[in-house]
Amino acid sequence: MPLALFWFFAAVMLIGGLAVVSLRNPVASALSMVASFVGLAGLFIGLNAFFVGIIQILVYAGAIMVLFIFIIMLLDLKTEEKRAPKLAPALGGLGIVLAFTIQLIGVLSQTPNKSHEPLDLVAASASMAGRSEGIASKLKAGHLPDVNLIGDTLFNGYNFPLQIIGVLLLVSTIGVVVLSKRQAA
Amino acid sequence: MASLHDYLLVSGLLFAIGLAGVVLRRNIIVMFMCLELMLSAANLTLVAFSRFNGMNGLPDYNGQMLVFFVITVAAAEVSVGLAIIVALYRARQTIHTDDLNSLKG
Repeated sequence: MPLALFWFFAAVMLIGGLAVVSLRNPVASALSMVASFVGLAGLFIGLNAFFVGIIQILVYAGAIMVLFIFIIMLLDLKTEEKRAPKLAPALGGLGIVLAFTIQLIGVLSQTPNKSHEPLDLVAASASMAGRSEGIASKLKAGHLPDVNLIGDTLFNGYNFPLQIIGVLLLVSTIGVVVLSKRQAA
Repeated sequence: MASLHDYLLVSGLLFAIGLAGVVLRRNIIVMFMCLELMLSAANLTLVAFSRFNGMNGLPDYNGQMLVFFVITVAAAEVSVGLAIIVALYRARQTIHTDDLNSLKG
């Protein structure tokens, strides 16, 4: 991804995040979170992670955001009334965030940097030849079959965690139904 | 071309913004959104490392599997959390954390 495009998506993401924190109206926060996630999906796609980028849009900007906005509308939240902010917790929180940011710079100065190199699809095609003909031929043609590779890894390497995550989703569905059932008075 | 450090810096900043939101905001729904921002920042780090530490000319798909699972767990967490918020609102008619202090001694 060209550098200009990277910084554009990064700016969309960070400004969206700042708007989530700073806007007083919850609906405005939710909508700026959509903007933030669209920027993030752009960054994912720039990292050749097409599947994750699309999932980010569909699941976060689609499903989860609808859930948030639905709840905000259901509870009929007005813009927060201005309350006198408590100074000590706010300053402590900002201090933690500042310490984290400074630490981030320290960590980055010690991590070895890597430059963005194009993927070597021909070598990848040779290594995939024994495992999957379809993936190998697409790689040879110069395309990155991202979804095929994700599916291959998911179902061959992570089959058991996938089943567990299915059970987790089932449990959370039941939990939501139980939680939101109106208790008999 | 953006380097690994650029991606790590941007995702660290997004995490810091999310952290600031959780610490500073007093509205539970907005705090929840900021939690999502922090999870997404971690996802960006994972995808960046997966792309820059490739194996055999491909990205390391094990990292993207973790992203997939994080997104799924986040979806489950949001659904349960919002159900708890609805139950809380029914009981207390507020979602402002300063008003939820009945556990305070």
